[in-house]
Amino acid sequence: MEQLIVTLVTFDGAVNWTVGFLTTVSIFAILALALNVQWSVGILNFGVAAFFMVGAYVSAVLTLPAPEGLESYVAGWGLPIPVGWLFAAIAGAVLAILLGIPTLRLRDDFLAIATIGVAAILRSIANSVEGLVNRSRGLNGIDGLLEDQVQGGGYRWVELVIALVVLAAVYWLVSRASASPWGRTLRAIRDNEDTAKASGKNTVRFRMGAFMLGAMLMGLAGAIYAHRSGTISPLTFSDLLGTFFVWTMLIVGGSGNHRGAVLGAVVVGFFWFGTPLIQESLPDWLGSRVFQVRQLLIGLLIVVFLLWRPQGLLAERDRVSRFVTSGPAGELPEGWLDKGLRRLRAARSR
Amino acid sequence: MGIIVGSIIALGAMGLTLIFGVLGIGDFAHGDKMGWGMFLAFFVVSSEGANLGFAGGRFGSLSFGWGLVVGLLVAMVGVAALSVIMERLVYRRLRVAGGGFFIFAIASLGMSIMLRAAIQLIWGPSNFRYTPGIHPAVEILGGIRVKPDQFFIVGVTVLAAILLYWLLYRTRFGKAMRATSDNPGLAEASGIDTDRIRRGTWIVGGMLAALAGVMLGLQAEVRFDAGFRLLLPLFAAMILGGIGNPWGALIGGLTVGIAQEVSTQWISTGLKPGIPFVIVIAVLLLRPRGMFGQSR
Repeated sequence: MEQLIVTLVTFDGAVNWTVGFLTTVSIFAILALALNVQWSVGILNFGVAAFFMVGAYVSAVLTLPAPEGLESYVAGWGLPIPVGWLFAAIAGAVLAILLGIPTLRLRDDFLAIATIGVAAILRSIANSVEGLVNRSRGLNGIDGLLEDQVQGGGYRWVELVIALVVLAAVYWLVSRASASPWGRTLRAIRDNEDTAKASGKNTVRFRMGAFMLGAMLMGLAGAIYAHRSGTISPLTFSDLLGTFFVWTMLIVGGSGNHRGAVLGAVVVGFFWFGTPLIQESLPDWLGSRVFQVRQLLIGLLIVVFLLWRPQGLLAERDRVSRFVTSGPAGELPEGWLDKGLRRLRAARSR
Repeated sequence: MGIIVGSIIALGAMGLTLIFGVLGIGDFAHGDKMGWGMFLAFFVVSSEGANLGFAGGRFGSLSFGWGLVVGLLVAMVGVAALSVIMERLVYRRLRVAGGGFFIFAIASLGMSIMLRAAIQLIWGPSNFRYTPGIHPAVEILGGIRVKPDQFFIVGVTVLAAILLYWLLYRTRFGKAMRATSDNPGLAEASGIDTDRIRRGTWIVGGMLAALAGVMLGLQAEVRFDAGFRLLLPLFAAMILGGIGNPWGALIGGLTVGIAQEVSTQWISTGLKPGIPFVIVIAVLLLRPRGMFGQSR
């Protein structure tokens, strides 16, 4: 992804950069939306990169032709790209089931712990098992969707349109899902699991569903990424870009709000991919360290937003349905109970 | 070999489980605190420190001298201070604002990224060693070859565990810590200064993280993400031993370390990092409260 460093000196350069930037950001926005589906119901997934990676690899090996020469990977059936996308989403869901079964029925925090190292493990499996995914050489020559239909240099526009269309579809899907009875149940589970249980909801099954939906979308994002970049290797799926970066997008944009997730992807993405552009005009002491500084700022953004604007740029809306004119959620902001207790305690100590 | 790595994991996991037990915070920055400990000690023994007159000398057949001892102290004080600053600036405010486990976890993730980036910013992405050169191993019983440094690592772990036991079970402060861990509300009501306990827990946890980091640097390489890479083994050891139980973490750490090394008999070395993950999943499926955890 560092190849995005393109000079903006010419108009063409600026257009090319913007098209590439928007395509990349759309893919990250899908990841942020997928993470939001999980996070907004209290599922803490610290392994986004793993789902992203699984989707990318599955779609790649299914659509690539059979391996030749020094290459060695499984499948290689040359299937159509949409089939690859489908199986990428399924692969994400399978990984979610594997991780969810032991963790989701237990304490909330176990899933976070179980996911923290998954990406690293998948990377080392991809790197060390011969004949699986070409080890550290990576997979190359992955075709783009409709690439053979387009002549000349216009393909980057097609890539952008593909990414935007998928993003729009995902946005529509997750919005509908959150507004549905299913989504409202999930929100009820997050806000008060015991009450939801008392109303007869199988909370484990609902949360598993949300975890799987998010994981499928992450797998899909991985597939789009693989067909867009044409080359993937285990190094592509670092924890920093694949996981932490997406978390920053979500926290900055507004967790619990789908529009916020997309906005966060654009804002944080612009900050991240835009820094190389100004690198040359920075003073030397800063210019040479700009990559570490922006990594530092990615972490800082998370902490700063949690402290001073925990709701993010766009807050979650309290109103759960357009059929509810005013609900208790509107009158009682989150944490109202704690606030009341604190006030009480303060009064007593006086 | 497994015992050495296990000792390092155990040192880190004891701090992690203490913080989890007493404060209810899953500290995802713990690995990077180890990284900071590792690099603070490196700063003392490297050329910058040599100018201050610390680097020289060796103890017997160990690979290091007074420089590393000073480095160890600097690392422990430094990481403890870092932990207290993070508690003051971030965790306390989040707690006052009513944040729960999730908010703490994400905040610690943010700080983990910052700590790691800061190491790269200061020392760069290269690998270092505390002392250059080859350090020969000596033969002990049954033809097993061990480096003198490795005895030191195990010794430090045993000593740290004994001191931690003394602190938790033989001092008023430790008693207060355990009370806060069991029931924070009740502890506060019975007049325990929970703010002080929290600060103390961060200090102890930070010192253990620094120790683990320096030992890791001694055993392997000094690398910016070495601590972060150990995060899953740390959590595996914690869960295996039962959350909030330092003795469990000690045994859990040794178990994870030995399991990792023994596994290379059957699986390729590249798959070794998967072992802690398998342990986590197995414990969660079979006995979620860990080997020595109480049911809650």
